[in-house]
Amino acid sequence: MSLYFLCLILLAIGIWCLLVKKNLVKKIIGLGIVEYAINLFFILLGYRFDAQAPIIAKDSNSMIMVDPLPQALILTSIVIGLGTTALMVALAVRIYEKYGTFDISEIRKLRG
Amino acid sequence: MLPLFVVLPLGCAFFIPLFSKIKEEFAKIIGVFCAAGLFILSYIVLFKVRSYPVVYAVGGWKPPFGIALVLDGFSGLLLVVVNLIGFVSIIYSFSYIKRYSNPSLYYTLFSLLLAGLNGVVITGDLFNLFVFLEITSIASYALVAFGTEKEELEAAFKYLVLGNVASIFILLAIALIWARISSLNMADIALSLEIGSYKKLISFALGLFIVGFGLKSALVPFHGWLADAHPAAPAPISAMLSGVVIKTIGVYALARVLFNIIGFNPLISDILMGLGILSMLVGVLLAIGQWDFKRLLAYHSVSQIGYVVFGLGLGNPLGIIGGLFHLFNHSIFKSLLFLNSGAVEYATGTRDLNRMGGLSDNMPVTANTSLIASLSIAGVPPFCGFFSKLLIIIASFQKGAIIGGIICVLVSMITLASFLKVQKYAFRRKEPKMEAKEVAFSMKVAMVILAIICVVAGLGFNHFVNFIIKPAVDVLLAGKNYAISILR
Repeated sequence: MSLYFLCLILLAIGIWCLLVKKNLVKKIIGLGIVEYAINLFFILLGYRFDAQAPIIAKDSNSMIMVDPLPQALILTSIVIGLGTTALMVALAVRIYEKYGTFDISEIRKLRG
Repeated sequence: MLPLFVVLPLGCAFFIPLFSKIKEEFAKIIGVFCAAGLFILSYIVLFKVRSYPVVYAVGGWKPPFGIALVLDGFSGLLLVVVNLIGFVSIIYSFSYIKRYSNPSLYYTLFSLLLAGLNGVVITGDLFNLFVFLEITSIASYALVAFGTEKEELEAAFKYLVLGNVASIFILLAIALIWARISSLNMADIALSLEIGSYKKLISFALGLFIVGFGLKSALVPFHGWLADAHPAAPAPISAMLSGVVIKTIGVYALARVLFNIIGFNPLISDILMGLGILSMLVGVLLAIGQWDFKRLLAYHSVSQIGYVVFGLGLGNPLGIIGGLFHLFNHSIFKSLLFLNSGAVEYATGTRDLNRMGGLSDNMPVTANTSLIASLSIAGVPPFCGFFSKLLIIIASFQKGAIIGGIICVLVSMITLASFLKVQKYAFRRKEPKMEAKEVAFSMKVAMVILAIICVVAGLGFNHFVNFIIKPAVDVLLAGKNYAISILR
């Protein structure tokens, strides 16, 4: 249970970072933290204590196995996260070239 | 045949950068081949498939275990819309995209966008839905930033952050459902949710899904990014984003989850109607004060999506017919309007309505097609927008949602006012007279095709509704019985 609670704390830190920080790079980091909180939560759902890897071999004595499906799903999700993060960083670099700052309170050409 | 909808555009997205190294022209050829192929495939599906649903098990793993691709009436409708608008936009892009450097990347991203959209529509697996949703989103973030000027980059960053938050919410909802049911197949989840009573789980996941898909489809409390992102993109991409993307990854996915997985109930009806009314009103009120042509159109997208969601939220057959018909119509006329705005920008170099004027003499095709689209979106009788709005309004009075019906009529009038403003300032007034040449042939063809569909869908609306909309409505009305027909 405490592990789930830690996930929640991680999520809260990420969302706080996303909402409060004014620097684009810090926002990207915040989004990364949020993403990993959810990934960790998903992995925990399939995790069993004192279990072994889900491979049926001759010398496997324990019948408790970790659920492999969340791991496969999260692998996909991490790859997707990599794609979005790379795109975000590329955009941030381009924004820095155009505006000369990472501060979002100065990047305000669009309004209304 | 079903996997082709994803495989063809993904393959093209792979080959375009490869072959464009040899000769730049190949990018265009492969891009068009891809969009045309998908267009033809979607019409084969429309005319040939007589018995829904068609289920395809990927890799031979039968539905509850493997990933299933499912084609039913609802996905059929969306496939037709997506591939029609995709085809028209890519024709339009021929001349338009010459303004930008590196068109081969544009065609690559466009193919990727089509792959994601088609994938979202035909998948029958919840996590697979998430993956395709992300493919669509990443392609559209990159396309919004395609101009790489100040405004484009800022809009794309905003869109990216909010879109990513939405994706995270959706993933969390999927995780919760998986934790309880241990299944990701939509049909299987629907049946399991019915057997057990998971009230708390369902209401939490429902909230997450509504926030996630609401952000993707820009319903009103979550609409902040749309008015920046849609105008910033190149015009054919604005047409795709407003016409198709917010409907596919927003409204379609939301309706699929709410109607076929969780199951429609009075609470969901109230939430959808509330969101719909709010979107209609706020969207149109924000739109009427805008002087930037594309920004005005973007706010109207918020407002018109409100109609669709309101119609679905009514939940009676007439309301759902109206909502889905409006979804179809809106994708046609809003794409057309964005293509018009792109043509005006292409010819005059400005999007400011104050500085335009007298364009109807120099650009007759653009002016007349935009007149048809404006009358359609405002709901003037012989055009298609009128009938879908009428159906929604009748349905809301049938259900007893009198205030909702009155707001629908009111919003329609304000829409008419704001499009009269567009017509007057951009095209019909004599002063100031702008010097502009009519746009290139391919752009004209794209606009004329959509204008013809606007008129035809309006005049023959009952055939149209019976032929395309009815199967989709049946799927939504069947609710959870959808699951039984798939797992059969």
